[in-house]
Amino acid sequence: MKLIPTASQTVGPFFHFGLERPAWADLTGGGKAIGDRIRIEGQVRDGDGAPVQDALLEIWQANAAGKYDHPEDEQEKPVDPGFRGFGRCATDAQGRYAFTTVRPGRVPGRGNTLQAPHVNMTIFARGLLKHLVTRVYFADRSAANESDPVLATIDDPVARRTLLASAGATEGGVTTYRFDIILQGDGETVFFEA
Amino acid sequence: MTNDPRPYAREYKGGQPPYLHSDYGSTVKRAPKRGQIRLEHTLSEVTGPTFTSGWAGPEMADLTRQHSGEPIGERIIVAGRVLDEDGRPVAGTLLEMWQANSAGRYIHPRDQHPAPLDPNFTGAGQVLTNERGEWRFLTIKPGAYPWRNTHNAWRAQHLHFSVFGPGFVTRIVTQMYFPGDPLLAFDPIYHSIADGAARERLISAYDPGLSEAEFALGYRFDIVLRGRLATPTES
Ligand SMILES: [Fe+2]
Repeated sequence: MKLIPTASQTVGPFFHFGLERPAWADLTGGGKAIGDRIRIEGQVRDGDGAPVQDALLEIWQANAAGKYDHPEDEQEKPVDPGFRGFGRCATDAQGRYAFTTVRPGRVPGRGNTLQAPHVNMTIFARGLLKHLVTRVYFADRSAANESDPVLATIDDPVARRTLLASAGATEGGVTTYRFDIILQGDGETVFFEA
Repeated sequence: MTNDPRPYAREYKGGQPPYLHSDYGSTVKRAPKRGQIRLEHTLSEVTGPTFTSGWAGPEMADLTRQHSGEPIGERIIVAGRVLDEDGRPVAGTLLEMWQANSAGRYIHPRDQHPAPLDPNFTGAGQVLTNERGEWRFLTIKPGAYPWRNTHNAWRAQHLHFSVFGPGFVTRIVTQMYFPGDPLLAFDPIYHSIADGAARERLISAYDPGLSEAEFALGYRFDIVLRGRLATPTES
């Protein structure tokens, strides 16, 4: 007999003291992780273009070798003891967030395909009764993106581009990628039913 | 023959709230309008963060002993299990819980409700489930609080819960309610869930066996995460 799954409810506006852990915005543990360090930053905006100042973002990603630190990842690739692959960051008063992490390696997709490097992202906020799921891809990895089996499921090329983080400045060897999240309306980010 | 991971079960109709639920005003400008793209589960979705003792900080299961004195309010024990849809325990997963104090006030700086803060109560805890999926908090029953959704609107008394489960797609944030709360009938967040049985899963059960004599009332709350499909399926 199946049990009824627990339904989601909004994180509300007052989650910070319960969930915010500023150290979790740096997935490299202060630079201990192996790989190219990158920064992913952006702004969360609502249907009026207003910044969302009470959102909580979480990311989950493979390490630089393309291996998830999880027992179900049976690939013969090394786990990086300096990299768990999980991050959390709340937006600030301007709706901005930033993660420091490493560039993820490629992981397999379904049916013997290979996925482009990507970061899995979850968005919680006041007004979201259930979290949203999206993926951050890297615009400067166009060859890999072209053959990515998940991006290929998004027919509209304009919508597909909402998942491409654009590379900005590189400082001290750390490239910053910009990834804005538009919850609704013009430029609305693609969200997945995951 | 591929080694595709076994996917997680999809939600059933009415079992989860929609994004747009206009009775809850904050959804109106935040609910996406474009349909979502169905994501067939890959390694990216079936894996997720694992937590070992101490990784998220020390376990904080007793919210009544985080300060020098005891918080004001009705002591409660809230306990339950984290299970999957097949009733299997989910062990070693992180539960984070946060709440208002007994006066209905959060310690959060944006909470402007003119009810007193309690210097002996923060209202945040975290535990890992044991090998049987069990967890337990000792805390204070949260008060109801007003919110500006509509005139004279009050949230039903609730605890906020965050749970990970084994994979990226088992992640859930929810709220636990109390049996017999008259505010539930008027709470649009609770009523955003169309299916009655799914709604009722969010109401804890008073459990005299969990209560401790001369000390605290016990409420039981099981959290059920998405289950796994029996066999791999093709889209
Ligand atoms: Fe709340």
